[in-house]
Amino acid sequence: MNETDMFADAARAVLADRCTPGVVRAIEDRGLQAPEARALWTQLEATGLADAMLEEDRGGAGLGLAQAFGVLEQCGAHALPLPLGETMAARAVLDQGGQPQSGQIIALATGRLLADGGVHCAMVRSAHAADAVLVQVGSECRLLAVADARSAVQARAEDAALDWSAAQVQAAPQVAMAAGVDMRTLQAALVAAQMAGALGSVFRRTLQYANERQQFGRPIGKFQAIQHQLAVMSEQVFAARMAAQLGGTPPGGSGEGLQLDRLRVATAKARCSEAALAVAETAHAIHGAIGFTEEYDLQLYTRRLHAWRQTAGSESYWHRVAGEGLLQHQGLTLDLLRRITDVAPAH
Amino acid sequence: MSTLDSLALTCIPAQDEALRAEVRAFLAQATKEMPAHLRARSWGGYSTEFSRQLGARGWIGVTLPREYGGGGRSAFARYVLVEEFLNFGAPVGSHWIADRQSAPLILKYGTEAQKRFYIPRVCRGEAFFCIGMSEPNAGSDLASVATRAVPNAQGFLLNGQKIWTTNAHHCQYMIALVRTSGSAEDRQRGLSQVIVDLSLPGITVRPIEDLSGDSHFCEVFFDNVQLGLDALIGAEGQGWEQVTAELAFERSGPERLFSSIVLFDQWLDWVRTPAGRSEAAVLLAGKVLTQLAPLRAMSVAVQQRLAEGGSPIIEAALVKELGTTLEQFIPASIADALFAAESEDLPVELLMTLKYVTEASPSFSLRGGTRDILRGMIARGLGLR
Repeated sequence: MNETDMFADAARAVLADRCTPGVVRAIEDRGLQAPEARALWTQLEATGLADAMLEEDRGGAGLGLAQAFGVLEQCGAHALPLPLGETMAARAVLDQGGQPQSGQIIALATGRLLADGGVHCAMVRSAHAADAVLVQVGSECRLLAVADARSAVQARAEDAALDWSAAQVQAAPQVAMAAGVDMRTLQAALVAAQMAGALGSVFRRTLQYANERQQFGRPIGKFQAIQHQLAVMSEQVFAARMAAQLGGTPPGGSGEGLQLDRLRVATAKARCSEAALAVAETAHAIHGAIGFTEEYDLQLYTRRLHAWRQTAGSESYWHRVAGEGLLQHQGLTLDLLRRITDVAPAH
Repeated sequence: MSTLDSLALTCIPAQDEALRAEVRAFLAQATKEMPAHLRARSWGGYSTEFSRQLGARGWIGVTLPREYGGGGRSAFARYVLVEEFLNFGAPVGSHWIADRQSAPLILKYGTEAQKRFYIPRVCRGEAFFCIGMSEPNAGSDLASVATRAVPNAQGFLLNGQKIWTTNAHHCQYMIALVRTSGSAEDRQRGLSQVIVDLSLPGITVRPIEDLSGDSHFCEVFFDNVQLGLDALIGAEGQGWEQVTAELAFERSGPERLFSSIVLFDQWLDWVRTPAGRSEAAVLLAGKVLTQLAPLRAMSVAVQQRLAEGGSPIIEAALVKELGTTLEQFIPASIADALFAAESEDLPVELLMTLKYVTEASPSFSLRGGTRDILRGMIARGLGLR
């Protein structure tokens, strides 16, 4: 077992035990106000995962996004309602910029500088499950406390629109974005990996349901129509997972830290978002009415898939990025495909 | 589900990648004068002369042992070659089946005499094979094969009919799945594979014109054809097992991703011009790229698994299903994008290429196992049946 698998296993162990459907519901409802939230976070901190993307001489494990894939996948598989992956990346960005952080749960967002010097974020994902937000404003990032912000509701209870005053912005820790990194791309790569995990969960649950649920005297999985729907679903999950793995792979197949290849991220986020729609739709179709209820856990994952599809750019956003890249590319499409897909084996 | 977690990202080994530049230089020159609508035929394109040129360069049978005239290289070397052939639209149809299926089958199951007789000629681009599997009313249900090769003193007496046999009218040989004992009610039992010299008396080959006006498929009739004892390949009665293994390994290669790529590249050239550019076209270009990329990653990963001696049958079926779906999506969506504009002033060569690929595209999800058969295989792999 290599180190990467060890981190994924650590995440799986904690999340399977502590991130139960009841805990997910509690944190979705009340954010960090829910007692379950801090209890779960304390467990996650104890594993060292939140600092795992820091350099080893800074107390981390030096994980890049590619090595963190297994951890992110587990976050998605358990519908973790806390931004662990985002916190891992944010702490690494801050640490590289000379602003080490510990203990805080950090969300990611892109913000806009207002005329009066304040910062406005129209959409902060998981704002209510975070202590702070690492906001990219232009070429800089600032770490802004959620508690300080003027907050406005967003469509999902977990999210918020946040505003900080000029004075708060001035007082906030600030780091430059590393060359070749932007918040939206970073967030898309993180979300895609979590989507891969959630897609796997939805698929496993649906497969199990089809094997158990009896209709007309036999499990519905014995009907060819259901078998074919599950086969198509597995194709989507399979392809999305490969795409998500590509998304975290640094440019040129090797590289450090948070360096990302924008076309690989486009592949990851676009493919996972497409799969999210198809997989959620089929899962609900196969589950019938029970899957539509609040008490049945399927919805924890399918609602999250829809939310993640709408995070850091939908499939069309990333199709445009990939399309522009392809049109600027000269020569065969094959050569751009090779650039995206040729990845040196991890060991 | 473990299947879905099983493939790891990987890349083609450097020593095999190194082949690409030389192959590409040759193909760029060799296909320079070919219009796109002909290159779009890719592995359906037929040229014995081109096959001989590739054979002379050692680019047929690259994975076969050197002692039989092959290249003795890894499957990844072939992967690189095939990727380049398909992306340039090289007319590789003549030797395609011999290279991909027949020679490896003979290597695996054939006698020493069969290997020495057939494989070197395949590698030189001189011996072409077709595969006699389907029969009227059989389709994907190969267990219902009824063509009989009845053992007699000289060998086998062959009677029956094959259909949908690709390029039989251009080939010297067929490897046919036939019944050597029992009856159709015995299903898989009693089936064997035989090599049929198509020049033998009693054989009639009749091309079937397809809806694009091409003739790839044929009907082949056997009327008291006397085969020698050396026609049998592998063990008598083992045909089903041999055929199943053969099909499993032809489902995940580049040929399941790139059947529409010549059209796609041709269309991109148009979208790169001011007249061809539109918002919808940019989005479509990105959609295809972001679907193709994970598919290629999966295809290469399956190849890696094969190279390690595994048999990723379900993974291969997944790749083929997704791949052929995308291959069919490309002409359909390009047609939509092109004719979403007010103007119909479009490049004729592009439209001819679109016409061909549109008309050929129904075959993409038929050849090598229909969509429904593959979904059934995947369902079996998922434990549903």
